[in-house]
This record gives sequence, structure tokens and C-alpha cells, in this order.
Amino acid sequence: MTKVGENRLAVDIGGTFTDLVLEWGGQRYCDKLLTTHQDPALGVMQGIQQLLDTSGARPADIDLLLHGTTLATNALIERRGAVTGLLTTAGHRDVLEMASENRFEQYDVNIDRPIPLVPRHLRLPVVERLNAQGDVLVPLAEDSVAACIPTLRDAGVTSVAIGLLHAYANPAHELRVAEMVHAALPQVSVTTSSAVCPEIREYERFSTACANAYVKPLMARYLRDLEHALQGLGFGCPMLLMTSGGGLTTLAAAREFPIRLVESGPAGGAILAARLAAEHGSDAVLSFDMGGTTAKLCLIDEGQPLVSRAFEVDRSYRFKKGSGLPIRIPVVEMVEIGAGGGSIAAVDALHRIQVGPRSAGSEPGPACYGRGGEQATVTDADLALGKIGEAEFAGGAMRLDHRAALQALAAQVGTPLALEPTMAAVGISETVDENMAAASRAHAAEWGKGVSDRLLVAFGGAAPLHAARLAQILRIQQVLIPANAGVGSAIGFLLAPVRYEVVRSRYMRLSEFDVAMVVELINEMRVEAHQVIDVAAGDAPLVESCNAYMRYQGQGYEIAVSFSASDLATDSPHQILGDAFAAAYAALYGRVIPGQEVEILSWTLALGVEVAKVPALGAPAQELSEESGLDGASTQDLVVTMPGPQHGQALPAPLVQRATLAVGRLLHGPVLIAEPHTTTVVPMGSQVVVQRDGALLINLLDAGDIQHA
Amino acid sequence: MLAIVEEQAQTLMRTAFSTVVREAGDLSAGLFTPRGEMLAQAVTGTPGHVNAMAAAVGQFLQVRPLPQWRAGDVMLTNDPWHGTGHLNDFTVVTPVFVEQRCIALFASTSHIADVGGRGFGPDANDLFEEGLQIPISMLFDAGQLNDTLMAIVRANVRDPVVAEGDLYSLCACNDAGAKALLHLLQDFGLKSLAGIDEHILATSARAMQAQIAQLEAGVYTHQTVIDGYRNPLTLRCAMTISATQIQLDFAGSAGASRFGINVPLPYTQAYASFGVRCVVGGDVPNNAGSLQPIEVLAPAGSLLAAIRPSAVSARHAIGQMLPDLVLGCLAQVIPDRVPAEGASCIWNPVFRGDDFVINPIYNGGTGARAGKDGLATTAFPSGVRTTPTEINEATSPLVTWVKEYRPGSGGAGEFRGGLGQRLEFTHQAAKAFTVSKMFDRIDHPAAGRQGGEPGAPGRVFVITPDGSRVTLKGKGVETVANGARLVLETPGGGGSGDPQARLESARLRDALAGIESTGPADV
Repeated sequence: MTKVGENRLAVDIGGTFTDLVLEWGGQRYCDKLLTTHQDPALGVMQGIQQLLDTSGARPADIDLLLHGTTLATNALIERRGAVTGLLTTAGHRDVLEMASENRFEQYDVNIDRPIPLVPRHLRLPVVERLNAQGDVLVPLAEDSVAACIPTLRDAGVTSVAIGLLHAYANPAHELRVAEMVHAALPQVSVTTSSAVCPEIREYERFSTACANAYVKPLMARYLRDLEHALQGLGFGCPMLLMTSGGGLTTLAAAREFPIRLVESGPAGGAILAARLAAEHGSDAVLSFDMGGTTAKLCLIDEGQPLVSRAFEVDRSYRFKKGSGLPIRIPVVEMVEIGAGGGSIAAVDALHRIQVGPRSAGSEPGPACYGRGGEQATVTDADLALGKIGEAEFAGGAMRLDHRAALQALAAQVGTPLALEPTMAAVGISETVDENMAAASRAHAAEWGKGVSDRLLVAFGGAAPLHAARLAQILRIQQVLIPANAGVGSAIGFLLAPVRYEVVRSRYMRLSEFDVAMVVELINEMRVEAHQVIDVAAGDAPLVESCNAYMRYQGQGYEIAVSFSASDLATDSPHQILGDAFAAAYAALYGRVIPGQEVEILSWTLALGVEVAKVPALGAPAQELSEESGLDGASTQDLVVTMPGPQHGQALPAPLVQRATLAVGRLLHGPVLIAEPHTTTVVPMGSQVVVQRDGALLINLLDAGDIQHA
Repeated sequence: MLAIVEEQAQTLMRTAFSTVVREAGDLSAGLFTPRGEMLAQAVTGTPGHVNAMAAAVGQFLQVRPLPQWRAGDVMLTNDPWHGTGHLNDFTVVTPVFVEQRCIALFASTSHIADVGGRGFGPDANDLFEEGLQIPISMLFDAGQLNDTLMAIVRANVRDPVVAEGDLYSLCACNDAGAKALLHLLQDFGLKSLAGIDEHILATSARAMQAQIAQLEAGVYTHQTVIDGYRNPLTLRCAMTISATQIQLDFAGSAGASRFGINVPLPYTQAYASFGVRCVVGGDVPNNAGSLQPIEVLAPAGSLLAAIRPSAVSARHAIGQMLPDLVLGCLAQVIPDRVPAEGASCIWNPVFRGDDFVINPIYNGGTGARAGKDGLATTAFPSGVRTTPTEINEATSPLVTWVKEYRPGSGGAGEFRGGLGQRLEFTHQAAKAFTVSKMFDRIDHPAAGRQGGEPGAPGRVFVITPDGSRVTLKGKGVETVANGARLVLETPGGGGSGDPQARLESARLRDALAGIESTGPADV
């Protein structure tokens, strides 16, 4: 972002909290408010006003606004999107509902499949047919499109998805249908599957198109309202939106493909963690983002988060794979589970404590919020255990109610298990930490990686409270809590590169590699990427990266093989791609298959602003100081949750203000380090050192000795 | 632990070649103790594979005792009695070593599209007509490929490229599992699974027994009639529930068939035990411990305990009907937890033409459940997925003109059975093609429960170019002539409870969607 200036504002709307970070005049100002679900722009504008007041900045001083929001995700999960219609190839109107015809849980006969975003009576047939090569078998019958219009109008449809078979190979029919719908119903949003996800496999493509259509009117309205409100306040700077793939995109592209904005907050968090990994010289990181509703865990190797093209939103069955709606867009690969501060604890039929995935959210929120919540949540447990620096909670804007927390803990968990409220809190805290550990291990195993040799980077309002214990369970030795940890995702937005990825399906055998066709395709994709990126990047230098999605002939899944457009100008581009594929395949699956034909299914091209290599900061060893006195520290009882002789006992722990700790400062646990939006819990038997960038590095000295069942 | 086997399954799916495996998830993976007990399975596995494989690894260890295994070894078989019931399924076993000690074995199974012979279908009269048979053999010997074996495989199948690729995929799948297991052990600071494995198996066995103990002890019998190859077959089950065990005895069921629908005992055991486990102890992980309290018996030489060299290719068409039979017994014990009968066996036609063979999987409806409608077009008891139409059309010249719900096919009831689907196919170039059929519930639809009506029966017919309709049987290979259109209608699930008691809101919802049950299906 060389062109735009240094004064930037980042806003992240999450399920429970809205986080804001302002960089102005070389200073960083942060704020955290409860998300205003009725009118999310309202909370954003309140937060911005507060930051302007605190900092003294004026709207006109701000050079760039960066924004991520969970709004699209929430609309999908809560089914609050547009009344959506689907125009689809006649004879195939149930693709969306038949899905993969499988059960995601073998041993439960009572599972329910996800409810499709478009009900059957609004999935309407269009007479036309292409084959897999994109040739026309049956020409588009325009009268069949016209016949759908009254049904759409009478049902009050405000958004239409168009999903025709083999449209990834030839979008002509979809484009003509879109034209006709637009002409007949000019107020209605239109999404074509070939634009949103031009990839083979109709269920995933239609699902993505319908999800985009479903959130499109709502997101367009929200983005327009926000834009107006910002202009009203005097903002004149451009706004870029965070995407699920970890890049930034323009307002116009966001309006057209709002589905690319789902999970943008977590993507921001992954970017922050990647930057910290580089700065702290760690090439194996587990990023841990725990907010009010969920916990997100992401592996970052060599400073890069894993990125993929497949994702599921609204996993309705305990976040289980297969129980959600598939979305094919570029995403930062991570595991998300229902484990946040607001996650609700209960006792099940087998007398086990269960935590989440249901959340008390921001309304009514945990019992201790004093807003009428009666369920015991993780935050209530954390409060009872003495892990929260109360004066700092949510920037001091909220007073926590101890009695309400203890009452809820007793009623929901303590009494059924005959436990004191404090022990109920220990149980809840351990359960949620074990859940997160299990999810991390499963995710790492799925990618053939381990977790114990990683640096745990923790941020988000609830993560610093749980990070040290999670690390102990995972046998991780070091935990890093960045500065302004409570608003980590929003800080990630400030670090995100402007980047946009385009995809096309074009089948080709490697032995029949058609250079001219690939060059034309790449040029076409480059033009499309430029249309988005030029607005956002200004005159900053751009880097281009291309991937071919390749496999052995007949395989079902492809692997990404990167190449550069200049490879196509060489004498043997197919040789270069073939070698790269073999290397990538061997790295992933251990052995190559000799003499087997290789095929290419799809291609991606990404344009992004060049990212400078981040220099490592180095440890503050020279400045290490261990002072005996803690000026101005109060003391708070902290309950030991780790199994051992002192399990469940309350030990006095000093509570210090993070702002008072100098670089190089070393403290021994137990100690609580409070800051405006969160508290870092440093357990007994560990020590913490303040790093050059203000991050807290916790060394869990005893990690190796802990036994686990 | 589950994560590792899940990783195995994912690797297999990502690298597997045959369309049925790669798109349909017709594969299974499991982690085994050095004693051959299954410790964990991947959730993507289908019960017929997983639970049969649970017995298979022991066979491998008999052929090659543990001390003989070396790092880099991979063993292979497609023996129906040592694997998962027919020649198309290849099972691959790989040992995992830590410091020169074998601490676990990984096994995975997948369905390979063609193994020579008559091709995948029910028409053979003995095993030798069904294709290539490989006894338990070394595929890799300390990392060295057995070239002779691979050459034999290549020479005996119709698509050698795909078969070879699939075998490599199975190896990759086990390797991925091993890699993940080693990571996990490292994370836990362990050098073996000793202790953990016994703990898992003992806990699972205890949890399963505790669930069985809650059932009322006694002997419960049920029988059902299914379509068979040409003549209907009766299947009988006597379920004996004691304090710690459930025994299923299929004595009195039909005798061996002359055709390829016989079921080797491991496959019978696999689906019979699944029939129990899907409603009793379903939350207990599936492993040797939780399977141990279920005993499955059938007279040797009968349909459900076929002996060599009976033809077994389409054994799933019978085996997948067993959970409904078992559930018929359990309905007498726990009527409020047992669903009505469903379409049950998958409809997986094998389409063959001059230059292609595809084996897509389609499903009918499941039976209505306790307090819920059945699931439309969903595999049960099988755990497979369907193949996308776009993939079928990219890999063959067939056009799927219709793949849509079959309105009215769910059996009426307070809770409706799940819907079947209608499919229509032609050859793009109007050429002839053959279809191998292994379908059931055409003459014997899925029964309802507690006053619910049966689901619509399945149908198979051809519409000839002159517009006339020719009905086809449910089993066997037939040719669809030049320019003709093949129509499949998969069965609906049975309903549950009195149709009059169905909620008005549910009726209206069905009416709006245009899928309401209209009584017996019209023709």
C-alpha cells in the first residue's frame, strides 16, 4: 500500500463483538463493542466515533478503511438472507437438496441434512442442455425462462441464482438467462454459477451460487448504508473488504461476490499470525483465535497459512464435516469449533460436561453480562476462576456480575454434578480447552502435520485467557500473545495484502498441452483480476501467481501446482508443469505413479501487491530484567485448573497492567496481565517475557512433565 | 485417533482413480493393533468395508505373522473371504514401525471399477467367472514393488491404468495414516500405542455392553422377503439379547444362489452388526471393542455364509438389506428408536459401451424415523456418496437427462418415508450401451411401521425410439438399444404411524414442494 498513506482504520464485525483499530499519527488506538445485530453499521459508526474522539483524528485524515464482517456468515447460519430463486436445467431441480446423497454421521439414524437456501417451489426448470465440452445439446428455450418470471415475482423473490449444468465449460446459456431475468425483474439481484464458481461438480457450484445470491441483497444494502454513514461523517477515503482467502478486495467486487467475504475475520487473524511468525522467526505456528462465539485454529508453516478452495458454512451437526453448505471459494484453511466466551455449558445424559456449540452471543450474552442470560458460559467460568481482569473487560465498558455467574454455574452444572460452583467452572474450562486441543490435533493430522513443536499465537478476546492451558494440553512449549491481542483480526486487516484470485475450469491432458489456449486463458484471467485489483492497489507494484489444478488421469481430486506465465513462453511448458506436478504429488502422497497420464482441470491466477519480506525482530535478551516489585499491581485469586496437587485451589496472583511492562521485562507465573480488551493468564510454573514489539512470550517450563490420560 | 483414520480416508479419496471411489467415498480405512484388532475407523468408511475389514487384518497376520513384517512392506488381497466380500474390493495392509518395532497396522479398502471376468454384476455362476483373484500377497516387499503381481493385475483388468492407480492410492492412504499416527505419538510423547489400544477397546466394549444391558433380554424373530435374482428370497433373523451380548442368527434364511448375489460371512457380519449399532450404542466409537458384543451366525453354505467358489459379485444387493431385517427384530424391543424400512440397497448401475465404463451410485429414500420423516435419496445402510452428474458426463458419453426427486414415492404416515429419485439416460451418439443391474425393492417395497404405508417400489424401464415402454428386471446385464432411453426410479422409504395423524403443517410443506404422498404409486 505504498500509494495510500499511513492513517488507516480497520473494522471487524464478529458474532459477538465489533473490533476497531485506528492507526493514526504513528499511534495505534483500539476499541471493542458488542455487535449490534439489528443494524451492524450502527455499532461500527459508534466505535468509529469513539476512536475519533479518543485519538483526536478527523475523518478526512483517514487514508484507507479496511473492513471485514461476519454478516454474510450469520445470514447464512440464521437463514436471514433474501427470498432466493434458482433457475436450473430442467430435470435437475433437486441438485441443491439431494446434495451428495450421503450421511455425514454413520451411526446416527436421526441426522438431518442442511436445509437448502432455496426451497423446492422456487427451484424452477429452464429448458436447455450443454454437454461436458460445453457444446449445446438442447438450445435455450427462452419461453421456459419467461414462464418462471411470474412465479419469482409472486413469491417475492429478491435474488435469483442461475445454475445450469456444465456452465463452467460454457457460460452462454447462463448469461442469456441472467439478461432475461434482469430485463423482466430489474430490482432483483442476479448471480450466475459460472461467474461465482466456474468449476465442475454441480452441487458445489450451485450451492456456492445460491449462497452468493442469498446474501447479495443484504450485503449490498449493508455496504451501501455503511458507505453513506461514513460519507455523512466526512470520510472520503476508499474502503477495501477482507476476503475469506486472506486478500483485500474492492467494494464493487464485494457487492458482486459477497460470498467471498464469509469468514473474513478469521482470515485477518491468520494474516496477523503469519506476520508474527515471521517477526519472531518461527516457521511452525498454530494460530489460535478465540472470540465470543467460536475458536479458530490455523496452521502456519514457513510464514504462510494453508489456503484451499473448499469450505463449508453452517456445519449444523456439531461443526461436523459434511453437515454444512459447501462453498467453493478461496479460503484460509482452518478449523472452527463452537468454543468461545459465550459458549454454553450443560451436563449431558452421561453426566459429562458439554460446552458449546451453542452460544449466548451478545444478546443476552453470558450470565455475568447481567443482561438476562441464565445459561452458564465459558466467560462465566473464566470469571469465577479469577482469569479475567474485570476493570478491563471490553474496555471497561461493561461491569461483570459475579453473583449471576456463580448462580448460573451452580444451576446449570454444579447442582446436577454435586459440585461447588468453582469446581463446575474448572470443569467447564478444562472441557473447552480439551475440545480445542482435540480440534487442533484433528486438523493437523488431516494435513499430515504435528502440533507440539509449534509456537502458539493467541489473540481474540478469550484466547489469552485459555492459551497457556491449551498449550499445556498440546505439549506446546511457547505461547505468543501479540500487542492488542483482543482485537487481533482487525490488526490482521491492516497487514493484509491487496490480492484477488480468479479461477477457470478448462480440461486438458498434459500430453496434449495447448500452449496457445492456456496463454489466452491466462490473459483473460489477468484482465479480470486487474479490473478488481487496480482500484485497490493504486500504482503499487503487483506480483502474479498462477496455479494449475492437476491430477493423474482418472483421479477425483486435484492438487495445486504453481507456475509463472513466463513458463508458458519456454520451449517445453508441459515439461515444467509435469515436473512440478510430480514433485508436488510426491511431497503430498509419498510416491509418484510412473508412466501415468496427467491432466489439468482448472487454473487460477492471483494478482497481489508485492509483500516485502518481514525481518525477524530478534529476542530482547540484552534487555531482560527481572524486577522484584510490581508497581501498582493488585492481587486476585486465580484457581488452578491444571491437574495436580493444587487442582481447584485458589492461589493469589498479581494482576498487572500490560501497558506498565517494559520491553525485556520477565515475570514468573502465576500472574495476570490485563489490557483493555483481554487478560493474559500466565500459569504457575511458567514465565513470560515482553518482546520488542510488545508481544508477551510465555515459556511453559513444565510442559514436558505433564501427564495426559 | 479418529483424526488419523479420517486423514487416511481423505488421502484415499483425493488420490483414488475409479470414479466410484473418488466421487462416491466407497472406501474405508482403519487403524489396527499389532494383534489385528480394529482400533478406529474413518467416518467416511462404508459399513460393508469397515466391519468386514475389521476381520480381514487378522487373516493377513495369519498368512504373515507379525515378526516377519518389515518397514516398507505392503500386503494386498481381493479375496472375498479375506477381504470385503467381492473381487472388486482390494484391501491393502501396511505396518507402522517405531524404532524397528511394528506398533500398528493401517488397512484400507476400495472398490476398483473392473477386475475382468464378466464385469461387476450378478450374472456369474461361480467366482472364476467374476474375474481376477489375488490371494494375500506382497505388493511391496521392504519398499520394493512386486512387479510380477502388478503385471498380472494389469493384464487381467479392462482398465489397467485405473487399477494400477487405485492400488497406489491405497498405499498412499495407508502411508498418510502412518505419518499422522507418528506425529500424534510424537505430540503425546509416546513410542507405541501400548496401553492406549487396550484402553480404547475395553472402554468401547464396556460402553456397548452397558447399552445392551438396557434392552429387554429375550429372543426376537423377524423375517422379510426380498426380490432375489429371479425368484424372491426369504431372510430370517433370530435376535437373542442377553445382559452383555446380542446374537444374530440367520438360520432358516434362503440357501445359496446359482448367481452372483451370495454373501461371504464377513460381509453378512458387517451389515448385520451395523443394523444393531446404528440404533444401539451409536455414540460408541466403531472398533473391535464395540463390535465384540455382537455375534453373527449363519449356516455355512447358505446365501448369507457363502462358501468358495460361489459367485459373490453383487453381494451388497443382499447384504445391504440385512439392517432392515435386524431392525425388524429391534422394533419389538425399542419401537420408539427404530426407523421404518428404506430403499436400503444402493442402486449402482454399471454402464458400459464401446469405450467407457462408469459405475455411478444412486439412492432411494430412507424409512421414516422416530418423530421425523425419512431422508430423501440418501444412502443407508451404505455410507457412500453419489457421483456428480457433471463428472459422469465428463467420463462417459451418456447424458443424464433427469435426476430429480420422485414425488409421492415416500410411504405415507404420520412421518413420511424419504423420497426416491427418477433418472433418465441416453447415449449422446444414440449408440447402444449395456447396464448391469443389482437393484432390489422392485417387487417388495420398503414396509412402513406402526401403521405407516410402504414406500413406492423401484422401477426400471426403457423407452424405445418409437415411444413404447419395456420393463426390465432388477438384476442382470441388459442392452439398451440404439437411441433408447433408460429410466430408473429408485424406491421410496416406508412411512411411520397413521397417515391421518400427519400434521397439517407437514402436509402443506409437502404440497408446496410438490412431493406429497398420494397413496400407492401410479404407473
